[in-house]
Amino acid sequence: MSMNLLRLFGGRNASAPVARERLQILLAHERGLLGQSDLLATLREEILAVVSKHIQLDPDKVMVKLERGKTVSTLEVDIEVPNNFDKDRKAPGERRMAG
Amino acid sequence: MAKVLVVTSGKGGVGKTTSTAALGAALAQSGQNVVVVDFDVGLRNLDLVMGAERRVVFDLINVVQGVAKLPQALIRDKRLENLWLLPASQTRDKDALTDEGVGRVIAELRSRFDWILCDSPAGIERGATLAMRYADEAVIVTNPEVSSVRDSDRIIGMLDSKTVRAERGERVEKHILITRYDPARAARGEMLNIDDILEILATPLLGIIPESQDVLKASNVGTPVTLNNAESAPARAYVDASRRLMGEELAMVVPLERKGFMNRLLGRRAA
Repeated sequence: MSMNLLRLFGGRNASAPVARERLQILLAHERGLLGQSDLLATLREEILAVVSKHIQLDPDKVMVKLERGKTVSTLEVDIEVPNNFDKDRKAPGERRMAG
Repeated sequence: MAKVLVVTSGKGGVGKTTSTAALGAALAQSGQNVVVVDFDVGLRNLDLVMGAERRVVFDLINVVQGVAKLPQALIRDKRLENLWLLPASQTRDKDALTDEGVGRVIAELRSRFDWILCDSPAGIERGATLAMRYADEAVIVTNPEVSSVRDSDRIIGMLDSKTVRAERGERVEKHILITRYDPARAARGEMLNIDDILEILATPLLGIIPESQDVLKASNVGTPVTLNNAESAPARAYVDASRRLMGEELAMVVPLERKGFMNRLLGRRAA
């Protein structure tokens, strides 16, 4: 129900329905944000642990970003690796992985 | 078995200290051994509301740091012999509290009391997290007002993640205590009503404390409101809430001010 309708039904002094609707919208958003930051921190930590088994990494150069869209959301992982990370390996690799 | 109960809110000024004193006194009046612990280091006030401000010698920090023994810091209430206060320090800051030290003090209190009520400071920082750290139950004091409800929601999230119980995969039993409630304004749609608050916070209700002049009167004289005027509306609401804490099931009603005959005749509010 829109805020204007709520005002109409509740009379001129009924500000409580507005408070209720504002809180519901705000808290749904804030709970999502808090949950998300935990998820991203976990993902970041675990990705760092897996990649570190094979490549020496600067932990500060691991970025994990979640973007929520209307129809599709994307998880972006950006890891900067040192230039000579593959010098002991034969297969040529990209200097920078993004995906 | 002893129960550790944190009285918390996030927001300041909603009635944590008043509620800690009133619930502590109400539990003690029904025969329980109760200690109320002030965690608001640097801004202690529970001693003042309890009327024990001139009897503080040692405090929580002294006990945490081993400077004083617990019995030296505990202050017995002048009115109820089974009600005790462990005051906070007024001169130190919250960094003087350590997780391990608080854990030790709480464990010792558990062996001496039925109820340990921890009066949390406002905010979500160290003092507040340590006050809730070892809690089995939590009373979240909430005013029917948007900023208080928002902060309560935040605190509920912390109770579910930052307490020892949460880390063990157990639950902290949470209760909402609505204070400063004005039924007439809520009925006119000027104030969030009880159902709105409970639906938004998705947490069960412990009690509704009506807005009342008796709360200020009691703190003025340093007496928990349940002891100062047992017949007053907030006192009766706090007593009901304390009985629910002990497991009784009582109908949820908002106690009303009882107006004297002359006041009613003259249409004045009972003072």
